[in-house]
Amino acid sequence: MLKNNFLEVAKKISVIENNHSKAKEIIDGLPEKSYFVVGITGSPGVGKSSLTNIIAMKFLEKGKTAVLAIDPSSPFTGGAFLGDRIRMKDSASKGVFIRSLASRGSVGGLNPSIYDTVEFLGRSGFEYIILETVGTGQAETDIKNIADVIVLVLSPGNGDEIQSMKAGIMEIGDIYVVNKMDLPGAKSLYAKVKSILELSNKNNEVLLTGMAYKETIYDLFDKINIELGKKTHRNSVKNKREINRLLNVVLKEINDNCLNCESLEIIYKFIREDLNEGKKS
Amino acid sequence: MDYKKIKEREAKWSEATLNKVLKRFPERKETFKTSFGEGIKSIYSPLDVESEDFLSDVGYPGEYPYTRGVQPTMYRGKLWTMRQYAGFGDAEESNKRYRYLLSQGQTGLSIAFDLPTQIGYDSDDEMSEGEVGKVGVAIDSLKDMETLFYNIPLDKVSTSMTINSTAAILLSMYMAVAEMQGVSPDKLKGTIQNDILKEYIARGTYIFPPKSSMRIITNIFEYCAEKLPGFNTISISGYHIREAGANAVQEIAFTLADGIAYVNAAIQAGLDPNVFGKRLSFFFNSHNNFLEEISKFRAARRIWAKIMKEKFNVTDKKAQMLRFHTQTGGSTLTAQQPMNNIVRVAYQALAAVFGGTQSLHTNSYDEALGLPTEESVTIALRTQQLIAYETGVSEVVDPFAGSYYVENLTNRIENEVNKYIDKIENIGGMVKAIEEGFPQKEIGEAAYRYQKDVEKGEQIIIGLNKFKSEDEAKNEVLKINEEVENKQVEKLKKLRKERNNDAVNENLSKLDEAASSGENLMPFIFSCVKSYATVGEISNVLRRNFGEYNESIIS
Amino acid sequence: MPIKVLVAKPGLDGHDRGAKVVAMALRDAGMEVIYTGLRQTPSSIADAALQEDVDIIGLSILSGAHNRLCKKVLDAMKERNIENKPVFLGGIIPEEDYENLKSMGIVDIFGPGTSLELIAKRIKEIVKK
Repeated sequence: MLKNNFLEVAKKISVIENNHSKAKEIIDGLPEKSYFVVGITGSPGVGKSSLTNIIAMKFLEKGKTAVLAIDPSSPFTGGAFLGDRIRMKDSASKGVFIRSLASRGSVGGLNPSIYDTVEFLGRSGFEYIILETVGTGQAETDIKNIADVIVLVLSPGNGDEIQSMKAGIMEIGDIYVVNKMDLPGAKSLYAKVKSILELSNKNNEVLLTGMAYKETIYDLFDKINIELGKKTHRNSVKNKREINRLLNVVLKEINDNCLNCESLEIIYKFIREDLNEGKKS
Repeated sequence: MDYKKIKEREAKWSEATLNKVLKRFPERKETFKTSFGEGIKSIYSPLDVESEDFLSDVGYPGEYPYTRGVQPTMYRGKLWTMRQYAGFGDAEESNKRYRYLLSQGQTGLSIAFDLPTQIGYDSDDEMSEGEVGKVGVAIDSLKDMETLFYNIPLDKVSTSMTINSTAAILLSMYMAVAEMQGVSPDKLKGTIQNDILKEYIARGTYIFPPKSSMRIITNIFEYCAEKLPGFNTISISGYHIREAGANAVQEIAFTLADGIAYVNAAIQAGLDPNVFGKRLSFFFNSHNNFLEEISKFRAARRIWAKIMKEKFNVTDKKAQMLRFHTQTGGSTLTAQQPMNNIVRVAYQALAAVFGGTQSLHTNSYDEALGLPTEESVTIALRTQQLIAYETGVSEVVDPFAGSYYVENLTNRIENEVNKYIDKIENIGGMVKAIEEGFPQKEIGEAAYRYQKDVEKGEQIIIGLNKFKSEDEAKNEVLKINEEVENKQVEKLKKLRKERNNDAVNENLSKLDEAASSGENLMPFIFSCVKSYATVGEISNVLRRNFGEYNESIIS
Repeated sequence: MPIKVLVAKPGLDGHDRGAKVVAMALRDAGMEVIYTGLRQTPSSIADAALQEDVDIIGLSILSGAHNRLCKKVLDAMKERNIENKPVFLGGIIPEEDYENLKSMGIVDIFGPGTSLELIAKRIKEIVKK
């Protein structure tokens, strides 16, 4: 598969991940482009990778597509087990670019370089970028700042569904998916999600999906596209993404030249939180 | 028995005799543990089997709950079947090895197929590159199967075939060969492994998603109940689960949970568990821990009998019995000081015999190095013959019954296994549990723990982390002729030219229809096979209908 | 920066106990391990190595198909201009094949009984070079 620029892209992602001053150079050297970011998020074992596999293939029919699959690093050893490719064989063989990222320094977050990596992929010609991630804690904030559309995936019997509702993760989704629809408990989970959304006066889409029922996943794909088509919303996300990315760049540069940066971290956090408030209002 | 008196005496012994010694001479280790992590005391006494009722829990061989064995006379009546798993290269070479083994006193055949045959690829498929004839014999079409059983009368031998995803195809070929030999199907004896669930858990030769695989399996059950009454239509296998790193409890628990799933599927297909229950057989691993393994086999028999009787209301005695084949643990063999493996295998085989196995495969000492040579296979077979004819252990039934320790361990294994089975039932049965990656995760973690114990020296392996020797002698291993692949490819080319391709296509498209309509696939596969459609062609029709499975790993 | 390792099983062999245990051990040794699962074709392994930009690739083969499969993986890497990434091999590999495999470009071979510690140590050494 030499027809594309995957080798160059892959190498530069490593540079961006490991050296942020070079990251700036790389990104600034590329012209800005328009691209879409879809977040697919949910607890381990709900079937995110299998859904991503199919959604990515559908996007590939429309344009160049990349998947960033992010899994947590161990806070003790720094190591990580990244197994998402197992379920993305089909999209990989069709030409989707897949990169596994460990969360590294960002405790509970996506990956410190995620803003840059996404922007770099966008400027490198990827029109559709899918972020697959366990969306809790800091990752929740991160994905809100990056994705144009967030698909929150749940599955019955996963045990932590109540947990996610408590943790407020139920608030971040644009589209809600109850996967593994043929498992017992899927229908009731579906009803539960609906009623929670109704209680908070939200009328987001809630879908039932299952790997054996491809049409349900194609339906999800259509719904994602409808969300992506909502321009006003997209523009605000795009701005936010760029602001956050630049903030990150600034922070890292200050970090490099400053011994005690705690106060700056706090300021940075405030700015970020303000941005998020902005989305809600 | 006066338990009160024993209790008093035991407390006194512990206080006065044991502790005194312990103070001056502590034991070798702080704790002694079973493979599943439970503590082992220094002695066992009637107190440790107080809750056990001799008549209902231990009883007599040949009677419920079969703790002591499935036949009343066990090896006094008939020795276990000595069955060495073999097959390599092409059908011609394997045929020679089978006839050699039969001439050496082996009493049953056990066919190893190469990976392309097991996963439904023809030898000329791109996926097959480098794998043809490697871990077993390459079979592409009925032509190869005819060669494989050349001059072996199928009404005289019992044949075990390690084949799962493509079991329907290979069994059809076996029937077709029998037909040519003029042997009627009801005279055929043997076993097909046909246990797809453990392929998802541990062995990895699956093709289709679990649901479709379960359909094929029940199709085979139904078809064989009528046509092949002498064939065991499934060998529910814990062997590979253990090899993948499970402990003794997990081995039994996941295997029996698989068994429950098959019985449920068969009942749903309208079969009577009293009838097909008789055709279920099991396959276990015999590992290093001698007494634990004996207890494990005894526990497995009792648990299964209870499941069949209490859960499925089976009244037929034969359908309550857990009959099993055993293979000594392949992963216990070391590449270091390989001759030590002969001793390991002997103890493991002995445990299987004390555990009441119906048939046995003993591994060859050189299998951690490569494929076994004829010499090493012969020593492995001799090991069994030695146990059978020289040691005297086959002259009495279940001699470990009544051992406080073995009875206690049997009970504890039963309890732990039942906990797992309940857990799996709560998840929604084994098919769901597999889709969720539950057994896979448990086994993976156990394997990693075991390996760490080995490296810490808590688990001793002679020659590997203790009593190592510096210079290792080089060992001969069997070389598979790389020409096998070319030969198979040539044969396929010729076959595709010479056979009646119209008939092949017609049969394949009929199979295609049956696959989508839900009819029993067996008669259609049988017709395909007889017209010399290949393993790959038949599998591809089913792939198109059922899709392919991707493994489930949750990190 | 953590070392990035790809652990892959080429061919049809389903014995993944070793590959999984090694993957877990390397994770615990502080590496980022990309695990691709069973039945990978040489080209999909090379694609993964390229896209993930790993530092090193580990192959696990117990079916006896190592000579052919290693060659195909290395060729697929060459086609993608990533032949500079080191490849090591684990599994049941007869000693008489070591020389051939090493001359092909396999940097190290770990047979049954190799300690996890040694594997992690060797990977660190190889990547450092």
